[in-house]
Amino acid sequence: MPVVSARKLVKRYDGFLAVDHIDFDIEEGEIFGFLGPNGAGKSTTMRMVQGVSPVTSGKLEVLGMDITRRSKEIKALIGVAPQEDNLDPDFPVVRNLTTYARYFRIPAEEAEKRARRLLEFMQLEEKADAEIEELSGGMKRRLIVARALINEPRLLILDEPTTGLDPQARHLIWERVRELKRNGATIILSTHYMDEAEQLCDRLVIMENGRFLVEGRPKDLIQQVVGPCVLEIIDPEEGRDIESYLVSVGAQVERSAYRIYAYSKQCQTIQSGFRERFPDTYSTVRSATLEDVFLRLTGRRLRE
Amino acid sequence: MSWLSNIDYGAVLVWRRNADVFFKTWKTNFLPSILEPLLYLVAMGAGLGGLIVGLKYAGQDIGYVRFLAPGLVAISIMYGGFFECTYGSFVRMHYQKTFDAIVATPVSLEDVIAGEILWGASKSFLNSTIVLLVIQVMGLTFVPEVLFAAPTALAVPALAFLGGLMFSAIAMIFTALVPNIDSFNYPFYLLVTPMFLLGGTFFPISQLGAAEPLAYIFPLTHVSILVRDMSLGLVRWVDLASFIYVLAAVVVTFIPAVYLMRKRLIK
Repeated sequence: MPVVSARKLVKRYDGFLAVDHIDFDIEEGEIFGFLGPNGAGKSTTMRMVQGVSPVTSGKLEVLGMDITRRSKEIKALIGVAPQEDNLDPDFPVVRNLTTYARYFRIPAEEAEKRARRLLEFMQLEEKADAEIEELSGGMKRRLIVARALINEPRLLILDEPTTGLDPQARHLIWERVRELKRNGATIILSTHYMDEAEQLCDRLVIMENGRFLVEGRPKDLIQQVVGPCVLEIIDPEEGRDIESYLVSVGAQVERSAYRIYAYSKQCQTIQSGFRERFPDTYSTVRSATLEDVFLRLTGRRLRE
Repeated sequence: MSWLSNIDYGAVLVWRRNADVFFKTWKTNFLPSILEPLLYLVAMGAGLGGLIVGLKYAGQDIGYVRFLAPGLVAISIMYGGFFECTYGSFVRMHYQKTFDAIVATPVSLEDVIAGEILWGASKSFLNSTIVLLVIQVMGLTFVPEVLFAAPTALAVPALAFLGGLMFSAIAMIFTALVPNIDSFNYPFYLLVTPMFLLGGTFFPISQLGAAEPLAYIFPLTHVSILVRDMSLGLVRWVDLASFIYVLAAVVVTFIPAVYLMRKRLIK
């Protein structure tokens, strides 16, 4: 039985369709990613799964229970690390965890034990008695993840867990997420970082305008949408027919301000031909990444 | 109104959170409740009260400071709940995102609102009980006029909790409606301050003349009547009416408070 199962799930606010008839199943023990530009419907979908945003229509089951009828029971079994810092500034670090544990009706003694263990797990044990305002951004994020684990959840929801963090803090969170997965946790993750999604997610969806553009394993998506490699032309000179040349040799071409991207199965062959034709233009071949998939599907223009 | 059934023990857990924060710094938090009645008793009671002669309440002669003291208790009941569920709740809801964090647990939004209102009522209870104790200590020492020996005076703290529920629920309605924290100036200057001055606190409402019946619209007027009569050991028909007013107001304001907060926060 899937841990989360959605059928024709819809969310509408004030006439705006934020989530538009989506279907998905999240299986036990997997890390499932929601990707997409801002306003695509990722957070809204995750908030419906958490049971804090009412479903407009469709069916949504979490851990085998209907979210609209049994949200209190479901909330007892899931852990949520929201995007926004909503730690309780009125309590020091360890009491943030024990106070939160009390909302789950965890007895005080057990809460204290779990809080200490989780602080150690997230490398925060030295900050146990610090006030929240003394913590750095990375420490706050780690504490939010620790707090999400206080009820030993069967499903963990991480909404942009590493946004704004330095590389060390990101890697610590990644390691912990992998460790949780090894111990059998099911995890839903949203992120803007394609390397994060590629590293962590077993399966993911890319959303736009409330719908899924694609769904699958990161490696399969790269193969299907982009191919194995990309030829990148850097600072192409204007007025030369580079794009039409690349199209004529069978590549799929995308353009941004100072780059041309040619997706193909034979990047090396295309590059040799390209160098003969345009000897002065710099080009490089690299493996395709999830970022290429994302940008191919959602375009390169800025979202506001 | 099936959402009312979402309220359970979770409300107590929210109440506990606020109580824990309050008692962390209880000494500073109790200070205003100790100092304010002292200042008022000196300034208004001894200073102004010395000029007032021939004051009558419920048909009996009464000294001004003895009239005033129960009014101070009533005022602290109003301010305790009203401050907590306007500024206090708004800060937790809007700036600290505490409500968002709590509703991700098995505690519902309805529990949060009910817990906040319970806590507001507890603030009314705590503040007014301290005010009453300070007055009684003054009564036993320097100002014998303000000693309230009637057995009904012992029930004032219970009434304070009930009145606190009413003021907290009214405050929560404003918290659900205001666009930002500065907008609390409207309820404070249009409702709370007029009640503070005109709600049977500093002078008998009979002084209002033709406007006297209007004073009965104010929730504080009824709380003042009840606190004063209980302190003085008076039992009058108007007390029953005032008690029914407060009881009904708790129900009539609690339901829209929860409904409007749901409307504001559930998206």
